[in-house]
Amino acid sequence: MALLCAVMVWPSQIPSQTQQPSPGTPPATPSASASQGGVAGLATTSFGGQAQQAGLNIVVLDPAHGGTDPGARGTGGIRESEIVLDFAMQVRRALEQQGFQVVQTRHGNENPSFDDRSATANAQRGAVFVALHISSTGLPGTARVYVNSDLPPVADANGMIPWDRAQAPFLGLSKTFGDLVQRFLTQRFKGSPETAQTASVRQLRTTAAPAIAVEISSVTVEDRADLDRMAPGVADAIARGAAAFKPSYVVPTTAGALP
Amino acid sequence: MTPRWRFLLIGGLIFIVLAAAIYFPILRRRVKRAAKLQQQSEEQARRELTQPITINPGDLRVKTKLFWASDTIDSTLVAVTVELPLSDDPVLRSKQVLNTLLAGPVDTELRTLPPDALLLAFYLLPDGTAIADFSEALATSIPSGIVSEQLAVNSITRTLEANVPRVQRLKILIHGQEVETLAGHLDLTGTFVVNTRPAPSSVKPAPTPPAADKSATPATDKAAVPAPATLTPDKAPGKLTQPELKR
Repeated sequence: MALLCAVMVWPSQIPSQTQQPSPGTPPATPSASASQGGVAGLATTSFGGQAQQAGLNIVVLDPAHGGTDPGARGTGGIRESEIVLDFAMQVRRALEQQGFQVVQTRHGNENPSFDDRSATANAQRGAVFVALHISSTGLPGTARVYVNSDLPPVADANGMIPWDRAQAPFLGLSKTFGDLVQRFLTQRFKGSPETAQTASVRQLRTTAAPAIAVEISSVTVEDRADLDRMAPGVADAIARGAAAFKPSYVVPTTAGALP
Repeated sequence: MTPRWRFLLIGGLIFIVLAAAIYFPILRRRVKRAAKLQQQSEEQARRELTQPITINPGDLRVKTKLFWASDTIDSTLVAVTVELPLSDDPVLRSKQVLNTLLAGPVDTELRTLPPDALLLAFYLLPDGTAIADFSEALATSIPSGIVSEQLAVNSITRTLEANVPRVQRLKILIHGQEVETLAGHLDLTGTFVVNTRPAPSSVKPAPTPPAADKSATPATDKAAVPAPATLTPDKAPGKLTQPELKR
């Protein structure tokens, strides 16, 4: 399989999970994080650049599908690929208000491959990955967060992590992040699960960062406005979840450290 | 136009609008009901033509747990117990339970797999790895989404777990090919955990060629399919299993 012999991920980019904020890490509260002044204090200014300040600074937003792949389609002509792009704009604004830099895997109606999307996230340092989906089923008006299922042990003899298992060292962090976002979503959207679910989501497997997929129910609503009304709540929950997760996410400067 | 005629005209228009407002919801319900009935009869016909269930009436009838969607808890599975004559051979037995699962529950809203999906072949390796080859409809007709794809795979793995102890893990193929995802979300490049307990050694695996699925089913076997009235849901909702990726 091509993925098995493809690009490897350096473990030096793998963060450790701590329960206490590291020195210099901003507090978790949304208001405090927002007071950091957005991305002004960060060195990361372009794709692939590295942050000088260890910790979560970047959120990679992945509006799923696009291009020839419309994703889920509703009877009223609702297309998942279009709605998630609109959702992404609102999530982006909410995250930027919390002081995060946002990188998107797509901005228009194109369809990057799974690996291209993961590559966007894996090129960042101190980033989390959030994929946005709209489901075909499920109770309308609810939202679910997914993290990847258990993956086999990582790192080969040279201490490198195979690309197709890049998510493995981050599963614990992903669960912590997912639970936080799910909690804020459930407060807003009654009927949603209490904690993040696990599933073998293809997109998350090759992502070397804490990674979640947020899936909103569903394209079966008769009026698209029903989904549009959920966007601010979803954006707020993701932004608050990322802010609350920030103290737990410290990128070690020591090469080879694993979570 | 005299005021009297104007009054009559407006009154008539109001009456028509009110009548339409009352009648249209009734008409809509009738159309929906008719469409549902037609869909069910079409599905029944398709099932009879394309879903031969390899059941031998001579086999011992055993309680079989099948996992379909719950009608009370959103996006979860529930075990439904039916009595089926099941083979002792793990491959035949797997085919029997999976074909029954594909045939779907009485309430078509609770099915987890597309009605036009077929099990083309089923193999069992000596190490307990099963390979289930489904027709393309499994990937193309399933509602796109993480939740629906996860529910579909979990209904397959949980049904195998409950009825075929030999199966330890499952690899899903679509029309004989390994595919990256089921319908754009769920990863099919690895295997899914079915049973974590050691497999019983008394039953030997017996790989079967794909052609056996269709040719080995006599028409009389259809009588062995349990009548819808015999389905009895368990009380506890199904729990989603965790898939694993291959090493």
